[in-house]
Amino acid sequence: MESSQQRARAHSENPIVRYLLIGSALLFLAFFLVTPLLTVFIEAFDKGWDAYRAAIVEPDALSSIYLSLMAVAIAVPVNTLFGVAAAWSITKFDFIGKNILVTLVDIPFAVSPIISGLIFVLMFGAQGWIGPWLAEHDIRIIFAVPGIILATMFVTVPFVARELIPHMQAQGREEEEAALVLGATGLQTFFRVTLPNIRWSLMYGIILCTARAMGEFGAVAVVSGHIRGQTNTIPLHVEILYNEYNFVGAFAVASLLTLMAIVTLALKKIVEWKISE
Amino acid sequence: MSIDIKSVSKTFGTFEALKNVSLSVGDAELVALLGPSGSGKTTLLRIIAGLDTPDTGSILLNGDDATNRGAGDRGVGFVFQHYALFRHMTVMENVAFGLRVQPKSIRKSKADIRDRVMTLLKLVQLDWVAQRYPAQLSGGQRQRIALARALAVEPKVLLLDEPFGALDARVRRELRTWLRRLHDEINVSCVFVTHDQEEALEVSDRVAILDSGRIEQVGTPQNVYDNPANPFVYSFLGNVNLFHGRVKEGKATVGDFEVDTPEYRNASDSPAVGYSRPHELELSRERSGNDSLSAVILQIQAVGPNVKLRLKRTESEDILEAEITREKLRELELKTGESVFVKPRLVRVFIADPSETPLNYQI
Repeated sequence: MESSQQRARAHSENPIVRYLLIGSALLFLAFFLVTPLLTVFIEAFDKGWDAYRAAIVEPDALSSIYLSLMAVAIAVPVNTLFGVAAAWSITKFDFIGKNILVTLVDIPFAVSPIISGLIFVLMFGAQGWIGPWLAEHDIRIIFAVPGIILATMFVTVPFVARELIPHMQAQGREEEEAALVLGATGLQTFFRVTLPNIRWSLMYGIILCTARAMGEFGAVAVVSGHIRGQTNTIPLHVEILYNEYNFVGAFAVASLLTLMAIVTLALKKIVEWKISE
Repeated sequence: MSIDIKSVSKTFGTFEALKNVSLSVGDAELVALLGPSGSGKTTLLRIIAGLDTPDTGSILLNGDDATNRGAGDRGVGFVFQHYALFRHMTVMENVAFGLRVQPKSIRKSKADIRDRVMTLLKLVQLDWVAQRYPAQLSGGQRQRIALARALAVEPKVLLLDEPFGALDARVRRELRTWLRRLHDEINVSCVFVTHDQEEALEVSDRVAILDSGRIEQVGTPQNVYDNPANPFVYSFLGNVNLFHGRVKEGKATVGDFEVDTPEYRNASDSPAVGYSRPHELELSRERSGNDSLSAVILQIQAVGPNVKLRLKRTESEDILEAEITREKLRELELKTGESVFVKPRLVRVFIADPSETPLNYQI
């Protein structure tokens, strides 16, 4: 009782400081987040609904949306599988090189996206290690769809694994061990014990991974070659339109990404709430 | 089912958890592995279960080598210290788990599984929580559900890792007697790990006392309590008073008194330690012979049937603990700060070489 009163007093001691802090935080948010967000939609609808709609259903825009969705459809499942496997082996087993694996998972976070893209150019490009062999067999990776998918996969590697590792570490191995002693096979243990326990963390990781895969610019820009209607993802298409002074088009397509971000944020909030439950 | 542990060793990195441990557990016997933390008792239990593999040595179940058999194929039930209940499953689903994951060829029908689970829940007196989740149960209830889950697959051996470690004192005592009754009812071999000597001595048929990866002594509770093999076992199984002294040609001089130690008759003046339990110290107002020590009473704790006293020896500043009956306290009219004479009725002398066998000496 006494301590709660003291705490209340400590809070109310200087209201000016309190309002100043809250006020500056809100001002900062308004200036750096809310205003740009609103600008996207204001600019997108500058010439009305029809212009907005035309900018989105235009073939090049549709092709960029299609390509982005395809990158997501491949990169997210692959990284989910990898993330679960990595988190499972890191948290449930002891092996040599475990710490190295933990560090390796983080590499895409540590290096600049441009470098991530360049890695693939240096490997598969015309002057790259296996570029000439690929050219001989008429396989195109750089400046083509496979390169974009590879680059997207690379930058989104850590999301699922990073989300699962701390959660699975906190849970320990006892439930899995209990299942094994009770006669469950490895697969039964995974699907009946491990997976139900991590499902919300896994969802969270997948949401973050999807958002990043949709919005990735740097790495994809390096390997894409910016061929309109062929190797442009949504972010790259926005950049081209903007450089051509087609502001309505650029902001209309950008508004799609913004909407997706807002949906992601809402989903993330729901999942966070589920986890805390 | 009998368990034979044959010269098992295990190291984790540079830490030697078990050093050449051998132990046999008879059919339907209840054995306690007792030792301080880090003594290797949990590792030994996990090796029996197949959750860890020994570096050397073997595990025989019913005479068959099971060292390379997986945990699920050993017919053992394991109860974890922190229960390890599946948190996303109800109590019912938890207990049914072992039956539901069986291969289709031997799996029971849904109705049979249900019946079996309800029988087990009745056995642990918790059939009314079947639809709850583990988070909605108390610690004692979770422990009993963990036990029911382990029993569901009809194990031949039940292994329990500090089964009552995380419970409060009253629930512990209740579950302890309950486990003993249950063991006598279902008749499986049981091995349980504990660091609580009272628990080990009260529940088990035999106790194995471990220290730093070795088994120091195995025997019935009474046997190990009355005839500790070495100073470690002695001090681990209850409070003790130490008297430092020396042994020379069959006579030990510990403190102010002398004890005959014929088995050390060849010892040529070696350091030795005498041990006496608190209830083996006799208090008196008058000095009786040359064997008494004088001491000052620091504290009298008169809770329970016996009275515990903390005493300080006048010559050496050593602290002694004595335990006397209430009648004795009334008779002597002892008060804090007064002087008394202490005479150990029984001292066990261990020479500084641990390989020597100790004996008891009546003074």
